[in-house]
Amino acid sequence: MTPTNVHSAVRTPTGLWIPAGAGLLFLLLPLVALLLRIDWAGVPAVLTTPAALRALGLSLVTAGIATACCVVLGVPLAVQLSRLHGWFGQLLRSVVMMPLVLPPLVGGLALLMLLGRGGVLGEALLSLGLRIPFTTAAVVLAQIFVALPFLVISVEGAMRSADPDYRWVAEGLGARPATVLRRVTLPMLRPALVSGVGLSFTRALGEFGATAMFAGNAEGVTQTIPLAIYTAFNGAGVGQDTALALALMLICIAFVTLVVRWPAPAERVQRGQRGEVMS
Amino acid sequence: MVFPHCRTALASTVLALGLTAALTGCGGSSGSADSTDPANPADDSGEPATELTIYAAASLQAVFDDLTDRFADDHPQVSVAATVYDGSSTLATQLIGGAPADVFASANEPTMQQVLEAQLIDGEPVDFALNELVIAVAPGNPLGIESLADLTEPIENGENGENGELPLTVSCADEVPCGHTANSLLEAAGVSPRIVSQEQNVTATLATVLNGEADAGLVYRTDVLTTDAAAEAVTIDGAAEHPNRYPIAVVNESQAPETARDFVDFVVSDEGQQVLESYGFGTR
Repeated sequence: MTPTNVHSAVRTPTGLWIPAGAGLLFLLLPLVALLLRIDWAGVPAVLTTPAALRALGLSLVTAGIATACCVVLGVPLAVQLSRLHGWFGQLLRSVVMMPLVLPPLVGGLALLMLLGRGGVLGEALLSLGLRIPFTTAAVVLAQIFVALPFLVISVEGAMRSADPDYRWVAEGLGARPATVLRRVTLPMLRPALVSGVGLSFTRALGEFGATAMFAGNAEGVTQTIPLAIYTAFNGAGVGQDTALALALMLICIAFVTLVVRWPAPAERVQRGQRGEVMS
Repeated sequence: MVFPHCRTALASTVLALGLTAALTGCGGSSGSADSTDPANPADDSGEPATELTIYAAASLQAVFDDLTDRFADDHPQVSVAATVYDGSSTLATQLIGGAPADVFASANEPTMQQVLEAQLIDGEPVDFALNELVIAVAPGNPLGIESLADLTEPIENGENGENGELPLTVSCADEVPCGHTANSLLEAAGVSPRIVSQEQNVTATLATVLNGEADAGLVYRTDVLTTDAAAEAVTIDGAAEHPNRYPIAVVNESQAPETARDFVDFVVSDEGQQVLESYGFGTR
């Protein structure tokens, strides 16, 4: 049964476009202004400097690893969270959402308090020869901290809105929980997983505050693109143009990830309903 | 086809664990407290390259890039990692937090003292340079600022309709050496300018003036010299009598203490001092 076209459902007051338009312009105009101020002729030169290439490489690798870790940790977390109802589930959900509402700087500070010199686990790790703060691993950890909630929310939302009948049927037919998970639940989650991965990746790529606090700003080791932008902007003589060119790089990556990520809303509803079991 | 997710999840797990382990290994050992990495001997006996990591105050960027190039030329088996430049207070915080470094050069003695008290310095710090605070203004000094007191005079000959407003001034935050000196000089002159931002390092302060976002910035003379005439320095009365003394020291948990000591010796040597002088620093 095809769902009705949700786009022409209910009419809204035309005047709603005034605040809506203002909000849209507020988000759009700064980006447009940034693009207008870029010295386009100089962009290739800036983006091929060793520092810029190192920042790009470091950002992509660390964000990639962080996203992979988010999938490994986040999908099970989301699946389990979706089964919890009541106050306990709400509490756990709030814990997962914390990095979203806390300033990332605070996240970085917290990681430092845990894993830094004198930290709760930090001393133990140091005695084992493992120093984590101000290393590339610290960048990955900071990125996981801020990006994991995105994945969990995306997947958990899909789990809760997905039709449970398919899983009941599978269980009724004798499938063990692991089999149900593998052959019914996870395939149903695929669209949400794709969109969650996209969001997590761009969030990890754009992470600044937690990285600056916990991993520092050493070129080639911990200087990701956002830190490179900050350093360039604050660097007399290097300055604005470099910062703008690097920012352009991030905008392009973010744009591509967003465009590739979103399936059309109606399609998502259909997929959810069918559960995509037979894909 | 029925379980592409299983394969994806499995591949992700292996990839994630493998790469994280590799990264922790790389990141952790490239300066960890007790690395057993045999490729970093603590001497210059011509074995595989020793890496030197320097944490230096932001105002040292131009001159230390020069000094490290010269040092690397003279010591082919030493490779100098990209020097970390930032406000001395930020660097001190990072060092105390466990950041890996072999050499630390700060823009004043109190900041070095903090790191000393955290027992992170090997031996004694050595003063290697002096620097004087100036007021950085746009080329041609359009607002006619001649002293600290002028920063509290309303603009009279401005072009953009800002007449009657006080000039916008930026300085470093008080915990940063440059900001501390600026505040001392302002207090001594009994002057309270309109400070619109207090940055975490002197390069950021200078950048604000260069961008035109501020009319005046309290920075070092050497910083203005690096701008290639994109800014002008206005001398502050009494600043030359209260210069910042820059100390340099070897960090306690350095992976290459011999090389670090060699670099410190190079900076205080005649050649090093000449290079510092050529960039506008006072010598010890």
